[in-house]
Amino acid sequence: MVDEETIRVVRCGGSELNFRRAVFSADSKYIFCVSGDFVKVYSTVTEECVHILHGHRNLVTGIQLNPNNHLQLYSCSLDGTIKLWDYIDGILIKTFIVGCKLHALFTVAQAEDSVFAIVNKEKPDIFQLVSVKLPKSSSQEVEAKELSFVLDYINQSPKCIAFGNEGVYVAAVREFYLSVYFFKKKTTSRFTLSSSRNKKHAKNNFTCVACHPTEDCIASGHMDGKIRLWRNFYDDKKYTYTCLHWHHDMVMDLAFSVTGTSLLSGGCESVLVEWRDATEKNKEFLPRLGATIEHISVSPAGDLFCTSHSDNKIIIIHRNLEASAVIQGLVKDRSIFTGLMIDPRTKALVLNGKPGHLQFYSLQSDKQLYNLDIIQQEYINDYGLIQIELTKAAFGCFGNWLATVEQRQEKETELELQMKLWMYNKKTQGFILNTKINMPHEDCITALCFCNAEKSEQPTLVTASKDGYFKVWILTDDSDIYKKAVGWTCDFVGSYHKYQATNCCFSEDGSLLAVSFEEIVTIWDSVTWELKCTFCQRAGKIRHLCFGRLTCSKYLLGATENGILCCWNLLSCALEWNAKLNVRVMEPDPNSENIAAISQSSVGSDLFVFKPSEPRPLYIQKGISREEVQWGVFVPRDVPESFTSEAYQWLNRSQFYFLTKSQVTAPLKKGSHFLLAEESLPTTPFYFILGKHRQHQDEKLNETLENELVQLPLTENIPAVSELLHTPAHVLPSAAFLCSMFVNSLLLSKETKSAKEIPEDVDMEEEKESEDSDEENDFIEKVQDTNNTGLGEDIIHQLSKSEEKELRKFRKIDYSWIAAL
Amino acid sequence: MAGYKPVAIQTYPILGEKITQDTLYWNNYKTPVQIKEFGAVSKVDFSPQPPYNYAVTASSRIHIYGRYSQEPIKTFSRFKYTAYCATFRQDGRLLVAGSEDGGVQLFDISGRAPLRQFEGHTKAVHTVDFTADKYHVVSGADDYTVKLWDIPNSKEILTFKEHSDYVRCGCASKLNPDLFITGSYDHTVKMFDARTNTSVLSVEHGQPVESVLLFPSGGLLVSAGGRYVKVWDMLKGGQLLVSLKNHHKTVTCLCLSSSGQRLLSGSLDRKVKVYSTTSYKVVHSFDYAASILSLALAHEDETIVVGMTNGILSVKHRKSEAKKESIPRRRRPAYRTFIKGKNYMKQRDDILINRPAKKHLELYDRDLKHFRISKALDRVLDPTCTIKTPEITVSIIKELNRRGVLANALAGRDEKEISHVLNFLIRHLSQPRFAPVLINAAEIIIDIYLPVIGQSPVVDKKFLLLQGLVEKEIDYQRELLETLGMMDMLFATMRRKEGTSVLEHTSDGFPENKKIES
Repeated sequence: MVDEETIRVVRCGGSELNFRRAVFSADSKYIFCVSGDFVKVYSTVTEECVHILHGHRNLVTGIQLNPNNHLQLYSCSLDGTIKLWDYIDGILIKTFIVGCKLHALFTVAQAEDSVFAIVNKEKPDIFQLVSVKLPKSSSQEVEAKELSFVLDYINQSPKCIAFGNEGVYVAAVREFYLSVYFFKKKTTSRFTLSSSRNKKHAKNNFTCVACHPTEDCIASGHMDGKIRLWRNFYDDKKYTYTCLHWHHDMVMDLAFSVTGTSLLSGGCESVLVEWRDATEKNKEFLPRLGATIEHISVSPAGDLFCTSHSDNKIIIIHRNLEASAVIQGLVKDRSIFTGLMIDPRTKALVLNGKPGHLQFYSLQSDKQLYNLDIIQQEYINDYGLIQIELTKAAFGCFGNWLATVEQRQEKETELELQMKLWMYNKKTQGFILNTKINMPHEDCITALCFCNAEKSEQPTLVTASKDGYFKVWILTDDSDIYKKAVGWTCDFVGSYHKYQATNCCFSEDGSLLAVSFEEIVTIWDSVTWELKCTFCQRAGKIRHLCFGRLTCSKYLLGATENGILCCWNLLSCALEWNAKLNVRVMEPDPNSENIAAISQSSVGSDLFVFKPSEPRPLYIQKGISREEVQWGVFVPRDVPESFTSEAYQWLNRSQFYFLTKSQVTAPLKKGSHFLLAEESLPTTPFYFILGKHRQHQDEKLNETLENELVQLPLTENIPAVSELLHTPAHVLPSAAFLCSMFVNSLLLSKETKSAKEIPEDVDMEEEKESEDSDEENDFIEKVQDTNNTGLGEDIIHQLSKSEEKELRKFRKIDYSWIAAL
Repeated sequence: MAGYKPVAIQTYPILGEKITQDTLYWNNYKTPVQIKEFGAVSKVDFSPQPPYNYAVTASSRIHIYGRYSQEPIKTFSRFKYTAYCATFRQDGRLLVAGSEDGGVQLFDISGRAPLRQFEGHTKAVHTVDFTADKYHVVSGADDYTVKLWDIPNSKEILTFKEHSDYVRCGCASKLNPDLFITGSYDHTVKMFDARTNTSVLSVEHGQPVESVLLFPSGGLLVSAGGRYVKVWDMLKGGQLLVSLKNHHKTVTCLCLSSSGQRLLSGSLDRKVKVYSTTSYKVVHSFDYAASILSLALAHEDETIVVGMTNGILSVKHRKSEAKKESIPRRRRPAYRTFIKGKNYMKQRDDILINRPAKKHLELYDRDLKHFRISKALDRVLDPTCTIKTPEITVSIIKELNRRGVLANALAGRDEKEISHVLNFLIRHLSQPRFAPVLINAAEIIIDIYLPVIGQSPVVDKKFLLLQGLVEKEIDYQRELLETLGMMDMLFATMRRKEGTSVLEHTSDGFPENKKIES
């Protein structure tokens, strides 16, 4: 199926299971749920996925059993087709092409040859309920264009439509009214709540509706947590309703049991409530379901219920309110702080899961393996509460250790920070809390990394924080004669001129530690914790930092916020190359020298794969995603592939996964999903050099930037200043040498250069220099911005002769100073 | 579908000495009984048989004390010169002692005059012991010789002249009647076999040996001399197992606990140290008033007797544990209910289903589980909780704050209840570990009760007290900051080396200055 010579992006998991109500098979053996473009068939007993029904080309929006044949399943999709499946064998039987976007599907046993669907034909936000006549034909693909209009101006969600009492009427709710359409009389009755008309902020909007299977009774759920049971609605005047109130917040879904004796309701309390005989007194609860109940469905046999939850989970519940099975997908309803990690042991993907949990997710089986409770506190779901967030996590020592950081910040000064270190226990096959460190730093922790060198005998962890320090934590023996114990203690605290530490990274062999302090990268010896050297490119704050691996281990890569990718050579302590690339994600491949970088532009995200040893990408894939890519990770393959083409060899031993951020504002709430880069379409020209890339895009941006900076003194034209600013700080001579020249150059001098009269009091100048340093930094940043625009262009030097002389003199001094070293 | 997760109680490391099983065990003694002897107590020896009397050798007398008696129940005082090393036989009926004049005397416990006198040593006999077969006595003397005596006919059997200095300590093997060990000031410890006429083993201690000890199994030998205690593996031919240097002065005596798990050493530095015999780490240490010369433990470690250079005998008895039983116990369900079905044997086709263990929740957790927030707060503000475990109170306040209901829980209290809260705040507000949580709570209280202030003199007084406390703390923090500034300036004047970074102390002061209007 896959062409050998192409690489493409495959959406490979993490799709939502809770998008629509799940549907049970007639014998309750299987449960179906929509999942992105597919329909998944799970066994209700084993929780295993039995089949995945492929075929739709867009989001599947509704599934229903065929009322005439219980071994068949209808599904509808946004691609405008209704498909009929044999779910036991997983075969597509028929496709009915409707031709417009279908948002939901309903079947009624009495209407034998037609199904009902929600469509929007004209305007994007006006939805209609139509009846689709499915023509009988033997061919595989049938056009079903015969639509008959039932209800107009309805809610898009299928929860707001219910067919009642053997298809005699259909109830629909929207905002403040309930409308009932009687098929025989072909009339619509409309009921509104009396209190809602005049009040502006009334909270009794309708949210969902359900119809009693045998009696003439409609249940509606409301925003304020009330459930209303409507009866006698044949008469516009004499209708009655009763109220059931237990939920404190919006009723998310309602369902009647098969016999109609009980009504099930659920909401954000994550409690399933069963109302017996429709009375307020007789109610049963199933609490602690873990997350907001979004959908409730009932099996046709009546023995099982199931609830879909906001954390992408389906719970199958027995008639006696006992949970019997849990089908858990990838949890993603919150932002991912930890990024994507690979557990070295299970090769599972690890990221934020349920609140306060870390989830281990198997990419092969698209299934959550388990949740690790990190925060270990009762989760209180209330609007406006500031929760403790799991912000950072890292694996170390081949999966033996896990470090996690959690924080909660209520006000600016009130930061709660906790670092936990977990040890893998072979006996229990899980992580056990070993050390808990309260307030490891005074401010938020920005980065966390373990030393993963193979030979390192002592596990080492480094944390970098906004408080300007990085701390080295080591594992120490804490045992006494009573018990054996190990614990983590702080071994070293380092800082660099009170700059915020933003990133940290160990080299492959663990001998060097790189810590970035805003714009500056510092290299530390991991044995003595001495500062070895610093790199400073003055190209904005460092966003990503990583060492090269294997043959490229002498290189250090840094990506800055101003869109510069730098590569330093650690042997010569010099910049090897740099390129203009706005890197969002930079990930090294653990099995090769390759490094993947994803850049972000207004059009989309582009993927570049390169080796640090040369500034030439091995592979470029443009437009891998239209959305912003949040995180990426290389996952080692179990069995190495062998791509012959040079461009695809980087995929031989690893696959690259990335996670995009979905647009929440989009009408279809598509959960974000993983995308896997594999095999694709066009061969991209290789002579494409990174340095040139995207310059044309940035030019416009830079022009506007230049306009903003017009008021600033045109310091970039003064060579002395630019010389001063462009020379890395560690090769500059002492400030006393430069001070007078610098001060002179700042004077708005005419042609008369008599600025040598500045007293040569060295101490004073030094002091002044240090005083100025903070302001200077800001200043430099701005200057650097403007300089970037002139990258590649010739700067017009307005050198006066005396300045030139001064500069030469300075150069002489400079060299002699270096020679003296 | 997890259950309720109990509130995490913040734990703080306990400063000072770590409390271990050993500290509990060795501290569980009553205050020592002091008995004044006539001279330095050179030897204390417990009778191995009940009623576990002990013989104390001091100056020219040997006193025998009963277990709880403060007066000697028997005295042997027929020594012309100083007596040494009064030792009981295994059956507790005979006692042997050396003397300054070189004589060795054997006493019957019930008699007064010596049963036997062994003459042969020319100088002071500092060590004597019975062999394992009970019929021989080993003695070592300052004339560098070690002699073996026969009790029935009071004759010298063997003489070993292998030591080249005073023989000051020795002991006989408990298992083999022919083996015994002596330690000498010539820095060696020698093992003699009565069957061979010569020493079979010699180890070099390195210092004059003051005391030797054989483990009950005979496999390990402990020697003390100088500041060192050394353990030798006899089965490996006298290989040094471990050398302990935990005392500041000469170690004078050694002793094993009755279980054999702990080794005790007494020293001139006035300390007794307890070592574990598995790891040879010090697990406990006792302090005494004077330099220690002798040390003995009673059966089951019931009594520790220490003799000192100033003639004081210190006797410590173990606290009896019977007292705690006397508290009337609450009536519990009958025993039958607990063992019901417990002894059911699993049949072949049975499937064992374990009932999930019921998680025990604290009372405040039960309240929080049911969202009874005020009740939970009341519970932890109870004086028994606030005094003993203030960290629980603070953790609950923190948890209520996290749930966003702290204001609700604090509101609506009467004079007595609010003064409970204020008392707690006054006591703990200034503690740095609790301050962030409690400042927040104090602010909420002030916000809530500001309108009703002035109605109760009791509460007003508490508010004023709190205000004074906060002002004092602010002054204190200001002073600290000033000091810090001065220190910074001092550091700044010093040239720092390049590339090193200096940790700076930041004070987490009280950022909020509260105004309490009363």
